[in-house]
Amino acid sequence: MIALLLRDLKLSLRAGGGFGLGLAFFLIVTTLVPFSVGPQSALLATIAPGVLWLGALLACLLSLDRLLALDWEDGSLDLLATAPLPLEGVVSIKALAHWITTGLPLVLAAPVLGVLLNLPAPGYGWLVVSLILGTPALSVIGTFGAALTVGLKRGGLLLSLLVLPLYVPTLIFGAEVARRGAAGMETATPLLMLSGISAAVIALLPFASATVLRINLR
Amino acid sequence: MTLTVTDLVIARGGVPVLEGLSFTLNPGRALVLRGPNGIGKTTLLRCVAGLQPPVSGRIEGAGDTIAYAGHSDGIKPTLTVAENLTFWARVFGAGSIGPALDAYELNDLTDRHAGNLSAGQKRRLGLARLLVTGRPIWVLDEPTVSLDRSAVEMFAGAVRAHLAQGGSALIATHIELGLEAELLEVGPYKARPAPLDDFDGGFL
Repeated sequence: MIALLLRDLKLSLRAGGGFGLGLAFFLIVTTLVPFSVGPQSALLATIAPGVLWLGALLACLLSLDRLLALDWEDGSLDLLATAPLPLEGVVSIKALAHWITTGLPLVLAAPVLGVLLNLPAPGYGWLVVSLILGTPALSVIGTFGAALTVGLKRGGLLLSLLVLPLYVPTLIFGAEVARRGAAGMETATPLLMLSGISAAVIALLPFASATVLRINLR
Repeated sequence: MTLTVTDLVIARGGVPVLEGLSFTLNPGRALVLRGPNGIGKTTLLRCVAGLQPPVSGRIEGAGDTIAYAGHSDGIKPTLTVAENLTFWARVFGAGSIGPALDAYELNDLTDRHAGNLSAGQKRRLGLARLLVTGRPIWVLDEPTVSLDRSAVEMFAGAVRAHLAQGGSALIATHIELGLEAELLEVGPYKARPAPLDDFDGGFL
């Protein structure tokens, strides 16, 4: 398991691995928002939590289509399925590697980009907390989508269509935590909902992903 | 570990390809599958490796005893030869990669990125993976594709050594490997087309 995690991290850092692509995308999207909305700092402060969450979500989506597709193309997935690792473990590790290379950098970069969007001061802590709790769910749901579309030519677009609706609850509660935090309101309820969604998704979806993958490998 | 296949029916894309297939593979033995293209050799090997369920029939002794090598080698082009092999060794919990590198003469290539290897060198790396799995039954699909004559010799030598250690091998190939292997011609087991399931079917 550790070997697989280390290999995936190494692969993402090597040429063409796509490390930092999501981060760069996040940076560009959030920089474009002030240009399109205009220099209205009050308006930007209002929409900042939502924009940051939406940007993070789209950035997560960007690298999902390579998550399992590359291993499928070069035959590694067949070999991993016949290896002593349980397939549930393989997809969990894949999701973890995706989170470390995509989700974690987004969490760390979000406060810096919050400055660009004039995010109110109390919001920074809540933004980071909501992203830390929410982005693992994005990676795990995304891995499920990748397992569904593995082996399909041009599966990337279908993957986005399948995965984006599943991201809705995480987006609603994640952005709500950040919004309420920025407005200085009480955040316990959306925070609990967000944590609940993430916990349930991390606990249950790997089984679904592994089942789907077994069917797709036939 | 003996592999026993009994009265197997397998299908590809919902169409039965082979039926009534039975064979036994004992430790120390190799079984070579022969048959025309499209007869279902790959499907049979994938069934034995557990990647695909059979339609009916039993496969005993498979599972965690199988090391499978298909048409693709599962090599990551941006990792070096040693990194690729070490990864599989760690996944399978087997020891050092040294013997595998020796067996396929990959020692000079260990620090090269696998993406820069030739097709035959990649295949050798893919076959070297079998040696680090430590599993007794090798299930190989066209293992000699793109290998030159001396590499085929290396492969035959590796299989012979594996058999001498009590392992066994199930190989689908079209070429003569020079192994003491039993031959299984799968052509006669070709599945008959399913009878038409409509009223007119009785008249056809």
